[in-house]
Amino acid sequence: MDMTKAEIMLDDSCFERLDDSEKNTEFIAMESKTYLRDAWDCFKKNRLALGGLMFLLFMILMAVLVPIVSPYTYDAQNLDMRNAAPSMKHLLGTDKLGRDILVRLMFGARISLMVGFVAAFLNLIIGVVYGGISGYIGGKTDMIMMRVIDCIYSIPSMLYVILIMMVFGSNIGSVLLGICVSSWIGMARQVRTQVQTLKQQEFALAAFVLGASHFRILFKHLILNCMGPIIVSTTLMVPEAIFTESFLAFIGIGISLPQASWGTLASEARSVIQSYPLQIVWPVLAICLTVLSLNFIGDGVGEALDPKNR
Amino acid sequence: MAEHENKTAVATTASQGQEPPMISVEHVKTYFDVTKGLFSPKQIVKAVDDVSFIIGEKETYGLVGESGCGKSTLGRTMVQIHPVTGGRILYRGKDVDKLRGAERKKFTREVQMIFQDPYASLNPRMTVGEIIKEPMEIHKMYDSAKEREERAAELLKMVGLKPDHIRRYPHEFSGGQRQRISIARTLSLNPCFIVCDEPISALDVSIQAQIINLLKEIQDELGISYLFVAHDLSMVEYISDRIGVMYLGHLVEEGTADEVYGSPLHPYTKALLSAIPVPDPDAAEKRKRIHLAGELPTPINPPPGCPFKGRCPIATEECGKARPELKDYNGHKAACIHI
Amino acid sequence: MSLLDVKNLCVDFNTDQGTVHAVRDISFTVGESESVGIVGESGSGKSVSMYAVMGLLASNGAIRGGSISYGGEEITETAFANHKAYEARMSRLRGNEMSMIFQDPMTFLNPVLKIGSQITEVIRNHNKVSDAEARARAITLMGQVGIPSPERRLNQYPHEFSGGMRQRIIIAIALANHPRLVIADEPTTALDVTIQAQVLDVIKEMKEKLSSSVIMITHDLGVVASFCDRIIIMYGGKIVETGSAREIFYEPKHPYTAGLLKCVHNPEKKEKLTPIAGSPPDLLMPPAGCPFVDRCPDAMKICKLKMPEMEQYSKTHQSACWLSEAARRKGEQHG
Repeated sequence: MDMTKAEIMLDDSCFERLDDSEKNTEFIAMESKTYLRDAWDCFKKNRLALGGLMFLLFMILMAVLVPIVSPYTYDAQNLDMRNAAPSMKHLLGTDKLGRDILVRLMFGARISLMVGFVAAFLNLIIGVVYGGISGYIGGKTDMIMMRVIDCIYSIPSMLYVILIMMVFGSNIGSVLLGICVSSWIGMARQVRTQVQTLKQQEFALAAFVLGASHFRILFKHLILNCMGPIIVSTTLMVPEAIFTESFLAFIGIGISLPQASWGTLASEARSVIQSYPLQIVWPVLAICLTVLSLNFIGDGVGEALDPKNR
Repeated sequence: MAEHENKTAVATTASQGQEPPMISVEHVKTYFDVTKGLFSPKQIVKAVDDVSFIIGEKETYGLVGESGCGKSTLGRTMVQIHPVTGGRILYRGKDVDKLRGAERKKFTREVQMIFQDPYASLNPRMTVGEIIKEPMEIHKMYDSAKEREERAAELLKMVGLKPDHIRRYPHEFSGGQRQRISIARTLSLNPCFIVCDEPISALDVSIQAQIINLLKEIQDELGISYLFVAHDLSMVEYISDRIGVMYLGHLVEEGTADEVYGSPLHPYTKALLSAIPVPDPDAAEKRKRIHLAGELPTPINPPPGCPFKGRCPIATEECGKARPELKDYNGHKAACIHI
Repeated sequence: MSLLDVKNLCVDFNTDQGTVHAVRDISFTVGESESVGIVGESGSGKSVSMYAVMGLLASNGAIRGGSISYGGEEITETAFANHKAYEARMSRLRGNEMSMIFQDPMTFLNPVLKIGSQITEVIRNHNKVSDAEARARAITLMGQVGIPSPERRLNQYPHEFSGGMRQRIIIAIALANHPRLVIADEPTTALDVTIQAQVLDVIKEMKEKLSSSVIMITHDLGVVASFCDRIIIMYGGKIVETGSAREIFYEPKHPYTAGLLKCVHNPEKKEKLTPIAGSPPDLLMPPAGCPFVDRCPDAMKICKLKMPEMEQYSKTHQSACWLSEAARRKGEQHG
């Protein structure tokens, strides 16, 4: 500041009137950033979340490539090579039927990740639509819709899974259905509360006065504005679904052999845990690291989308 | 009840023959049921209780009162955010509640609202352009997206912003700029009547004057009528042709701006006017203040009689008996038995 | 000697968007039992400067320069050995020697504690008194600020009070220890006019009784006109004019002050409103010269380049504007 003071000479030309065009009216210094860009900038600063994202992408890439590139298939048995230790031929060794663990693990990754993402996606759709409608309409409709949710919630989710498996057989579809039957409820409740508060906000009233349809108000104005928490819960739903699926597979309710998810692999390795403990380490490690990184991503996304951080 | 219907009939016949007024509020009541739990006694908030007035073409009707007096509720009832509990609102002679289909669409285009909080009334996830274009999309105005874009830029210019602000988000603007965006959004529909719900109370002094003058300019140019709801009495006096003073859901005084400010009739209006802080040290010293004790009572199950009797400096026992009617004193109306 | 002496105070805030220079080089004094009004728009730095004085800046804000002295004692953080010593001293001063009346009582009052215990807490924090004594003092205080039947209301919770009554409680808490300096941050902005008048009366009365100094932060010129001896006008983080109430209202020197006066409508005088065009400056990138240049009707080239010095018009009246210099030059040319 002092520098400029010294430099400016006070001659008469300085005292000429400033033209209106020389004035900087309605000037905005803030850089214009879209919402997603802003969130991404914030997400990038979170090292753990970024690391989690890297690991997840790596895992997806491996799940896609390894079974294609590898000379082995997930179900080809080689009884000469049973329970082999890791070597150049079999990077992670083989299991009790001589199948390559790496290929089986990555094949399992396909199933586990797919279950995770599809379940989260289904939860998102059902939960947002159900919760959104319930919260927006309110009154008696809301009360009835919420009691329905309470009824669904009152039955243990394991029971649904077992029943569904019995009716539809053990395939990936019934696993998904079993996980989804009751897990969307949390999402629906969350969206309902959000919509209830947001619909009182002036921008929602403004949309109503401007003649917007209820569909438009709900989905364009209200849901769009609670996208932050919705995305966070969806991200956190993925590891939850993976975990549930693994648990089901581990206790023997899951997709049918020889296909294998991480849970099935862990369950198989359990029988040889005394002599070949390494075999159980791989699937457990895969589950842990994936779930952990997804949780980190969830936290990172939550922080990035939190309006308080801006 | 029969008496009530009679009055409505008289009002309708009186307005027949000539053009019906733009807005006619007839004995409007807006009640809210705030009963907690199933078995507790019924609690009714009488936010607006039997209010009638008329707003003409190119007229600004100011509605003043303290918070909780029902002025905002009435404004919101007029654009159908709250349902009418009793009475009716006529827009160009037609009952607003009974509009359907194309007529209702026309009503939502012609009757608009500007909200109080410029930070809450714009969707934070939409750009300024999207915000201004949305109403035009809803009502399928203009044929192409390009025309709508041009119109949006034109509207931005009209409210004193730059056309290149169109791609920015609301949070990048100051309060006054946002309120101008919200005015531009409203104007995109070429409305005939706008409810302004405390449009300046969240703004800085230097910006308030900008918005007030902008609203006046728009009125001169486009011939819009306003219902101007505010608690800032001096600004209401400046912008309004006629003013209604509300207290606890009732209209207690109505008259032209000069009448209400120059020679207030109702003791509440007098006290309200004397409490405005004047930006003039000498005048502030000279002025006599009417001290009002206490605060606005709750509108839940209000007792009978004059709503103001608890705080009124000239209240007598008579005031508790019946609710005073709004009486006409040469066009200047007031509801007080002591005039 | 003045009670509060602020010299060249600068306050910055770190935000995602960059550094906001909220207060830029302001100096002012407040005398004993004087009432001073600080008037400005939101973002002018009026509240921030007072929070800086109280040591209550948000965690992302910091005093970047200047000094604050209270009753002759330096209370800038740099004058203390460490942060702990500063905090210890400030917490002795706050609520005792100087206190604050906040705009929104609900954020200040604890919703789960009874009003009585919130008032007695302040008294007992700074005085060694018994429970009964503190209670008695709380009852007297509540009576003084005009809360009816204080004995009963002592046992109620904040949500049982109306807005105006809550503000009275805030005033009672602020005045509990008879402070010498009271800072009122927009104490009546959230209130209705009739309640505002009541609350202002209470503050005025209590000020007289305790002969404290009051700094009234507000954007409402009407409030300061009747309340304050001296008025400070802030704009864009700077003080642009100070003077007695009469000097400010009847002989404003700065175009911003003059413009502000034309923005408020006085129903007794039928004048047209003349708004100030444009929006306040963005303090992420404060202008090098006068902050008002982009909205000033009489702006000159120099205004964009350099901030004018404060010029003395009378003992109390000061203003910082190049127009006086321009007028002087014109006079010289003609002469």
